[in-house]
Parts: sequence; structure tokens; C-alpha cells
Amino acid sequence: MKSWLTTTDHKRIGLLYFWTAFGFFMIGGLEALIIRAQLVRPDGGLGVSAETFNQLFTMHGTTMVFLALMPLSAAFFNYIIPLQIGARDVAFPRLNAFSYWVFLLGGLLLNASFIAGPLFGADRLSVAPDAGWFGYANLTSRQFSPGPNVDFWLLGLQILGIASLAAGFNFVVTIINMRAPGMRMLRLPPFTWMALVTQFLVITAFPVITVALVLLMFDRFFGTHFFLPSGGGDPILWQHLFWMFGHPEVYILILPAMGIISEVLPTFSRKPLFGYTVVVYSGVVIAFLGWSVWSHHMFSTGLGPIADSVFAGTTMLIAIPTGVKIFNWIGTLWGGQIRFTTSLLFAVGFIAMFIIGGLSGVTHASAPSDLQQTDTYYVVAHIHYVLFGGTILGLFSGIYYWWPKMTGRFLSESWGKVHFWLTLIGMNLAFFPMHFSGLLGMPRRIYTYPAELGVARFNQLSTVGAFLIGIATLVFFLNLLRTRWRPANAPANPWGGATLEWAIPSPPPVYNFTVIPTVANRLPLWQTERHAPMTPLPEKPPVPIHVPGGSWWPMITALGLPVIAIGALAHFLPVVLAGAAVVIVGIYRWAFEPFET
Amino acid sequence: MPLVLALFLLLLTACSGQFPQSVFAPRSDFSRDLDGLYKEIFWWAVAVFVIVETLLLIAIARYRARHGAAEPKPVHGHTALEIGWTLAPALILVFIAVPTMRTIFATAGQAPEGALRVQVIGHQWWWEYRYPTLNISAYNELHIPVGTPIQVEMTSADVIHSFWVPRLGGKRDLIQGRTNRIAFRADSTGEYWGQCAEFCGESHANMRLRVMVQTDSVFQRWVDQQRAAPAAPPKGSPAEAGMQVFRRSACIGCHTIAGVAQGKVGPDLSHVGSRATIAGALLPNTTETLRRWIMNAPLLKPGALMPPQNPSPPDLDALIAYLQSLK
Repeated sequence: MKSWLTTTDHKRIGLLYFWTAFGFFMIGGLEALIIRAQLVRPDGGLGVSAETFNQLFTMHGTTMVFLALMPLSAAFFNYIIPLQIGARDVAFPRLNAFSYWVFLLGGLLLNASFIAGPLFGADRLSVAPDAGWFGYANLTSRQFSPGPNVDFWLLGLQILGIASLAAGFNFVVTIINMRAPGMRMLRLPPFTWMALVTQFLVITAFPVITVALVLLMFDRFFGTHFFLPSGGGDPILWQHLFWMFGHPEVYILILPAMGIISEVLPTFSRKPLFGYTVVVYSGVVIAFLGWSVWSHHMFSTGLGPIADSVFAGTTMLIAIPTGVKIFNWIGTLWGGQIRFTTSLLFAVGFIAMFIIGGLSGVTHASAPSDLQQTDTYYVVAHIHYVLFGGTILGLFSGIYYWWPKMTGRFLSESWGKVHFWLTLIGMNLAFFPMHFSGLLGMPRRIYTYPAELGVARFNQLSTVGAFLIGIATLVFFLNLLRTRWRPANAPANPWGGATLEWAIPSPPPVYNFTVIPTVANRLPLWQTERHAPMTPLPEKPPVPIHVPGGSWWPMITALGLPVIAIGALAHFLPVVLAGAAVVIVGIYRWAFEPFET
Repeated sequence: MPLVLALFLLLLTACSGQFPQSVFAPRSDFSRDLDGLYKEIFWWAVAVFVIVETLLLIAIARYRARHGAAEPKPVHGHTALEIGWTLAPALILVFIAVPTMRTIFATAGQAPEGALRVQVIGHQWWWEYRYPTLNISAYNELHIPVGTPIQVEMTSADVIHSFWVPRLGGKRDLIQGRTNRIAFRADSTGEYWGQCAEFCGESHANMRLRVMVQTDSVFQRWVDQQRAAPAAPPKGSPAEAGMQVFRRSACIGCHTIAGVAQGKVGPDLSHVGSRATIAGALLPNTTETLRRWIMNAPLLKPGALMPPQNPSPPDLDALIAYLQSLK
């Protein structure tokens, strides 16, 4: 127990990230199922109140983006990146532990709002955030959202932002500085490359949302008017700041999954990634363009024809590098010897579904066309084809691929295939009909709709599909649990992968590599026309390897942050100061902790 | 897939009676422009979808691993192919971008000279319409003449809302402190449905609206009716008793009835009897719904500011009779 609380081992932190994020994924999924159950019938549905419904969709979005998808990617960054670049750990192991604890505590604080009502004198249990995951001003002002709901949201997100930023800097430094000898930038495995691009987006995008959240906090706590037109502020400023973060965020969510399938496809087709450099560069181009498109979320706010044209144009440009990636993935499969493992099925599912999400994206890149689509279920369909059909299928592919490496145990392939097909059918049943509901006039974020709209049938299909996804996820969960009681059976390189993580035992020893390998090419474990596989590493370290012990200070420092937030929520300054003191003492002790423990 | 496309086509031409908020049954120049643009992009998307998914299916069908097969050739890339599949999407995007830009400027929201001006003001959770040139106001149900260009100017009294009547045009946000514009010309008479499209708080789902597109003469009759002061109810009628109830109740704090009360919080009720719906176009305007609404508005529309009222049954009947008499 203690060894887990104080761990600074990137592999253990990766597993902590995985299980925590998976727990939040189940919570976010449960919220989605209640939402879908309510919408199965028009005119009041199953009786979920407007207030509860608004909390559910707000928390579903917030949870899936910040507490499930980002940290699931982070689980892989933690576990896999040091192995792929031939390092013993990340650059700042204690900062890495800090990121995890901050993420966990931020997530718990956000979800505590579901039961915190009585503490705030509310007449109901839940005071969960209810202004949407995008929290548009001026609905989030004290005037229109008087309760603690929005406070939970803005404080929780600020805490989570600290976790993301700390991890972002950590991984950028790790990838750039900790590479094994010979691991040049263009020899980095594509997953690590996409992780690097993602982390650059994190460290540039999260400051923007942090600024926005701080301004909002000032508006709510100290009576400023940054977003309040009644005091000369501007609610549209919030939208610009939010989407300046929010659109790069979409790429923060999708690029890691693109990286994963760029590993999975070559391994299971026994062919190198087609156009490696083009795939890498197109990822970089997507990230750059991702910064220039934010206002396509705001076409209906009346930006004027010039701005609409510019943002429509830049948005369409993103389709080009994205299309290039898809063609390269198909090129990788083409001419290969494809083994249909569960991991490969999910990777192919990613391509097939992501195409649909990408194409519906082009229809709302066109600003006038978007005026009929924005804020309807058509957009709900689009984001779920991208974030579920894309990111989640990609993450599942990665889990089946790396689980033997992470635990030394294979996930069941037959259960995996049930999981895959149920997920694929479920997601199409859930999300495809939403295109129709939206175009037939059903807005998003409504707890009830009139029967006369004629969209009840489509909603019923969506609900059935959502519950299929729920069943599929349970199958997956049992598959994960099952491996705990199985003997370790995975060899070092079960799939015949080409990258360094497959050169060491499964699960890897705490020091990862007995000797740091010297890398001579991009596919070190493969025989290609250009080179032979690298010589295996010695089984025992030839010289003793020093592994640093754990530290309490990352967790203690992290504990101070929710204390500050709770003080702010309660408007009680001494608690804020106490939390700040914990943070300061924690950082001080951390900084002067003896190197050897 | 062909099945899905067939279903889609069916919906494209679907009769609007079944789908009152469908974007596929446009009835104005604005919504026709958007519909045409969407369909143009849609067919490009279908073409790309079919080509790319087919390639993917061929790849996984043809290159399934076989026992004893030779190791695949380690192809690392192909420069000509890379250039090709970079240029192809770029070319398609040109065909999408050009009509997009054209439509952006065509639908920029500037109506021609002589258009009828309508100001739309969003409230949590109902709509106020002002006709500055006609000197009248309307609530939740917007009346406009067919074939006349309409200049809509939008703002909000509180949070951000979005005015959306799919068959008449795309949505546009209502933002406090700003004025947004759309312009359109409805090309057939009828009753068109819409609702708020931007999440605006607890009863966002219940913020609905109707647009009544009328012939010039019918519209003119409606304008005259709205301009006139509501007729005083005849002495001794139930409506007259209802007026007294209204006068001595909390109603006057929030509602205006010309000559009777000047509250400014809720919608003006001077002509409430002439409306087809109440409560933000949420409910039909009937004796029964008026009764339920007055007794407990927040039950029907969560978060509504009007608190539950508790008049005696005869008072309630009289009040309803009065409201219904306000044509």
C-alpha cells in the first residue's frame, strides 16, 4: 500500500492512471445511460428533472474529456513512452506522481458535487455543475447560477489543469532529453511522436483555459465583470478563450489514439508504417492548424462574413493532413499479412468510424451549413464519431495491445471480440441516428422534446445503442478483472512488435532495461531489407542499477490543492490559507528531500 | 449502407407535417441556400466515404494473414502516392470552399431596403418581438407577411439564447449587449416551429417558438388587432370579474395589460387571448393549460419565475375568462 502511495515508478503511475481513469469512464458512461434513458420517450421522458438532466450532461462531457479520455491517454504516456525511448523513467518522476495525485483529487472534488448539496444548505443532494462542459458566460455568472455548482466546475478544472500542465512539461522533457543513444527524433515510434505533439498542445492550450477560469472565478467570487455585459464585459470573450483551448483539446484527445493505431497497424500487418515521416509531419500540421480554427465553434454568434470565411477555410484545411493519415494507415494494411487480433479490429474500427466523424466535420466546417447543425444532435453525432469512434476505439486497441506488456497477462481474445463487435454495433446504433434527430430539428442539451418533432424513433435507437455500449464495456471490464486471477503468460514480445518496449520482459522490471540499448534504426526488433534485429539485451543487469525510492511529498503537495478549493467553495479564507500552506510546505520539503532514500 | 442512404433520401424529401423542425423542408431564401449548400457537401462526403471505406475493406479482406505465406514486403512509403492523396482532398475542398464562401456572403444578414424590421429579445425562457416600424410587440409567436424581406435584429435580456426556425433559416445567437442580424424572405404561408438552440439554463428545452407566415391581408388584420387596446370586458361578465381578480393579484407586478397593469418582468398579456400557445410556445392556449399554468407554472416549466398561485376556484375561472377575452 505505502509503496503505491509513494511510488515514483512511471509504470505504477501508469497503472494508477489507467484504473482511476477507467473508473471515471464508467461514471461518465453511467451518466450517459441515464441521459439516454430519459430521452427514450418524448414529452418528459422517464421523469428525470430538468435540473438533474443539466447536471448529467455537464458532468458527462466534463468527465469524459478531463477525467476519462485525457488520463487514459496519460496512462499510456506514462507506461509506454519511457519504454519506447529506452529510458529508465520519466525526466521528473516525483512530478509525475504529483500529476497523478492532482488528477485523482481534482476528479474526486468534481464528483463530490453530486453529494455535497447539504453542506451548502441546498435542499437537494446534488449540486453538480449544470452549465455545460463549455460553461458559456454569462449563464455561469453568480446572477444566473447562484449555487456552488459552477464553483465546483471552475475549481475542479483549475486543479485538473495543474495536473495536465505538470505532466505536459514532464513528457516534453522526457521525450526530448531521455532518449536512448541513437534514438533520433525521426526514429521515435509514432505513438511517442504523437504524444510529444499532444504535450506541446497541452502546455500551450491549458494556460488559455486557466486564464479563462481565473477570470470567471474573479467574476463569481470578487464581483468583476470580465464576461458580464451588464458591467461592460463581453460573454463572447469567454467563448473565444474557451475554444482557443477547446479546439486544441480535441487534438489532445485524438492524436494519442492516432499514435496508438500507428503502432498497432504495422505490428499486425507485419509491415512498417507506410509513410512514417508523412504521418509524423501530418500530426504536427494538424496540431498547428488546430490553433487556427477555434471560431468554427462560434459561427452562430455572428462573427461577420470575413471571420466566418477565414475560419471555415482553416477548418477545411485540417481535412488534408487528416486524410493523409488515413490513406497512410490503409497503405500500411495494404500488402501486409494481417492478423485479426482484437487490438487490430479496434484499430481498423477507428479508421472506419473516424472517417464518418471527419466527413460530418466537413459539413460543419462550412459556416452557413453549420448554422443548421450547430447545437443540434447532428453535432452530438459528429463528436461521438470522433471521440468515441476515434479516441475510445483507439484507446481500446492500445489496451489490448499493451496489456500483456503492462501486466504480463493476455486479455481474452474471444471476450475481446465480443467486446469489439458489441461496441461497434452499439456505437453506430447510438450515434448514427443522432445525425437524423439533429437535422430534423432536435437541439442538444434538452431534457424533453415534443412528440410532434418526429424524432422519438431515432432517440429510441440511440438509447438501445447506448445500452449496448454499456454491456460491451462491462464485458471489457470483466475481461480486465479476469487477468488478475490468471498466471502471467505473456512473453516479452507477444505480437512481434518492432519497438523497444518489446525488447524487455512483460511486465518490465522496475529498472526497465538491463542496459540502455543503442538504437540504430526505426524498427530495432525487426528484420528488414536494411537491417537485422538488434541483439537481445542481457537478462541480468551487468552492473547494479540504482532505483530511487518513493516520496510522500508529491501526494502531500497535491492534497493541499483540493483544500484550497474547498475553502473557496465555502467562502472561508482560513481553509484556503491552510491548503496553500500545505502546498508550500510540500514543495519546500520535496525540493530539499535527500536524493538517496 | 445503401439502406442508410435510401433512408436519408427519404428524409430529404420528407413531408414537413411530420417533421415541423426539419432542415430539409426549407421555406425561405435563407434556408434554401443552406439546404442547397449542405446537399452539395453531402454528396462529396458520400463519394469520399464510399471510396475510402471501400479501400479499407479491400485491404482487410485481401491481406488477411495466411499460413506459410512469405513475409510481406517491407514497404516504407511512396512519394507519388503521398503527393496524390494530399492533393486529392485539397482539390475536393476547393469545390466545397467556393460555394461556402459564396453562401457566407449571401446570408450575411443584411436585408434589402424596405424590409420589415423585427427585434427579437431573448428572455429565460420566452421570446419578445418588437416591430419598431409598426409600433407593436408580440410574444413567442412571431407574425410576418409572406414574400416580404424580414430584417431580424436580435439581442438578449439575460443569458445567451439562439433563435432557430429550421425551415426559415439557420440559427443566430442572442447576446446581451450586442445586436445580431439575420435576413430572410418566407416563401409560403404557414406555421413554422422553432426553439432556442443555445443552452440557456434550467428550462432551455422548454423555450420554444412559432413563426406565423401570413398573407399581407391576414398579417395586416393581426397588426391592427395588436395595435388596438384590448376591449374592456362587458359589465357583469365573468371576464369583468376576472379583470378585478387580475388587478388585485400578484399578476400586476410582472405583467402588462394595456390600461390595467404595467409589470415588465413577464410577457405583455394585452392580447394573450389572440395567441395559439402560452408559456413560451410550450402549451396550446386552452382553458385547461391556462388553469394548470396559473396554479403551478414551475411544474410545467422548471425554473419559471412565476410562482405558483392559489386563487379560489371561482376567481381562477374568472381570471381565465378574462385572459381569453384579451384578443
